[in-house]
Amino acid sequence: MRRGQQMNQTHIPMSTVPTHSTPFAVNERGYYGQFGGSFIPEMLYPNVEELRQNYLEILYSPDFQEQYRQLLRDYVGRPTPLYLASRLSEALGAHIYLKREDLCHTGAHKVNNTVGQILLAQRLNKKKIIAETGAGQHGVATATVCALMGLECIVYMGAHDMERQKPNVERMKILGAEVRPATSGSQTLKDATNEAMRHWINNPQDTHYIIGSVVGPHPYPDMVARLQAIISEEIRLQLLEKTGSELPTHVVACVGGGSNAAGAFYHYLDEPSVKLVAVEAAGKGVSSGQSAATTALGKPGVLHGSQTLLMQTDDGQVVEPYSISAGLDYPGIGPLHAHLYASKRAQFIPVTDEAAMKAGIHLAKTEGIIPAIESAHALAALSELKLQPQDVVVVNLSGRGDKDLETYIRWGGY
Amino acid sequence: MPATATQNRLDQLFQQKQERILNVYFTAGYPQQGSTVPVLKALQKAGADIVEIGIPYSDPVADGPTIQASNQHALEGGMTMKRLFEQLKEIRNEVSLPLVLMGYFNPVLQYGVERFCQACAEVGIDGLILPDLPMYEYREVYQPIFQQYGLHNIFLISPQTSPERVREIDEHSSGFIYMVSSASITGARRDITDEQIRYFERINSMQLQRPRLIGFGISNRQTFEQACQHAQGAIIGSAFINLLGQSQDLEQDIIEFVSAIKGSDR
Repeated sequence: MRRGQQMNQTHIPMSTVPTHSTPFAVNERGYYGQFGGSFIPEMLYPNVEELRQNYLEILYSPDFQEQYRQLLRDYVGRPTPLYLASRLSEALGAHIYLKREDLCHTGAHKVNNTVGQILLAQRLNKKKIIAETGAGQHGVATATVCALMGLECIVYMGAHDMERQKPNVERMKILGAEVRPATSGSQTLKDATNEAMRHWINNPQDTHYIIGSVVGPHPYPDMVARLQAIISEEIRLQLLEKTGSELPTHVVACVGGGSNAAGAFYHYLDEPSVKLVAVEAAGKGVSSGQSAATTALGKPGVLHGSQTLLMQTDDGQVVEPYSISAGLDYPGIGPLHAHLYASKRAQFIPVTDEAAMKAGIHLAKTEGIIPAIESAHALAALSELKLQPQDVVVVNLSGRGDKDLETYIRWGGY
Repeated sequence: MPATATQNRLDQLFQQKQERILNVYFTAGYPQQGSTVPVLKALQKAGADIVEIGIPYSDPVADGPTIQASNQHALEGGMTMKRLFEQLKEIRNEVSLPLVLMGYFNPVLQYGVERFCQACAEVGIDGLILPDLPMYEYREVYQPIFQQYGLHNIFLISPQTSPERVREIDEHSSGFIYMVSSASITGARRDITDEQIRYFERINSMQLQRPRLIGFGISNRQTFEQACQHAQGAIIGSAFINLLGQSQDLEQDIIEFVSAIKGSDR
């Protein structure tokens, strides 16, 4: 069968697995259970439809796979290590493995997706790239691959986020991208996404929109999940080598839109013995009114092209979320995650700013790794899992903490 | 009481009039929360043919800066769906124009699609424009509900819409087709380009069943006239919102605005 057997081979013939039908795979209308779809204005339909008709064929063509995998190896630095964190394991009383996405070029998993999408954009003959960004990680990853391929790049970023994340704004500029402030609404990630979609409406012909997470209209959630699936593909091989089994007891990842979690979960979705743990940002507490815990606070709704769980008022206005981590500061989650929540395939755990900051500092002291505050949320959830000594837990360490230094400094406590 | 298909005011209008139809858009609760009804009354007095009432939304992704700002302003002023239906409760005693509600799908979904359609029928709404409700979803799930309450569903087409899809939209839309004038979000622009004219002519030559109104970038007498040469009429939004935002005397200004657009047609 599909996954298990392939993982035992040294070369995984992904070019032969374009689609599969499981309870957690997207259907042909772009739905995961009741979530997903393509709720877009007609002006975006031709572009999104072009993508829908071509993405699988392109993604699984031998020529794409060869170039994608070569870039992931030689440019991004994959495979990223799977590291048994001994002192952390001792402290938590279980075997804790860290999937070191923080060691990717540009400092986070985001680049797995942008490398794939830029190769796809080239094959669709697109000359210009647009992207949205919150903390700036996806913007930097997009600006990076645009520089690599010599394509024009415009990144929309909330004016408020540009203030909060100045170093990433400058990184994008150094890489040759134009950073445009989104000045509408709350001037954060949601508004940057709105502006990128408006730009695409205004420039439908030669522009590809690289969405940074498993959100947006079909086929984006599925496409981004497939491009991030490299994470769990590697975990299976590495875990087999280290423990004799491809299957951990738990896979733990933080969820904003949910791209790193989608990648870490992907090849375990149909392995019911593996517990999937999605960690949301509770901000100052789920009930504090300053939170981004979408499954705890959201209801089904439509935003940015898909039906999903969404933080909103009773009147259907989208609520501005809050988290100390700009990468988790999004009022929705990808439709795959909404489905994993509704079907109870994944457990969702809210983690506060405070718990995340403590866990981040703790990792620094015990393992010598300063994690991104997003990833620190995943670490903080470990203490709530009632782990047993024989448990094998993989935490997706999605990014490094360099970008968060100012937040760490302001928080103190180290 | 739900209107039947023959009573629909859009159908009545298009039976009587096939040219120079002026559809004016404004955002409910703009410039003030209480402006909705006065603006509607003034538009009827001024001689508009259809009014499109925008339901304010936090994330109006197909709209340009002018309409975005009016949405935000209306929301900050306390506008809600419930309040809109309250404001429109007695509207049919005073306004006989065809009325269309335009909005994004999420607030409709939260209100409840059926409850929303029922409320529309009760206050006398004739049609809906929900730009992010795709044709597939509409046909699979919502079409029977819209029809039950006598509501036309108006789809958009753009210059990038393929001829096959234009045919499909013509088949499944009712009332009229909203022809987006260029690859763009809403917003006033100065001119209509030759490329746009070629697109208008191309669609015109397709002999569609539904009447077409051209919107986006229609802002004044000249662009209205140009649009009317290639379709049954046109839709003005952002230019009208700009007027409302500056107006000291809504009724007077609205009458002058409409008359400047329509000219001697009145």
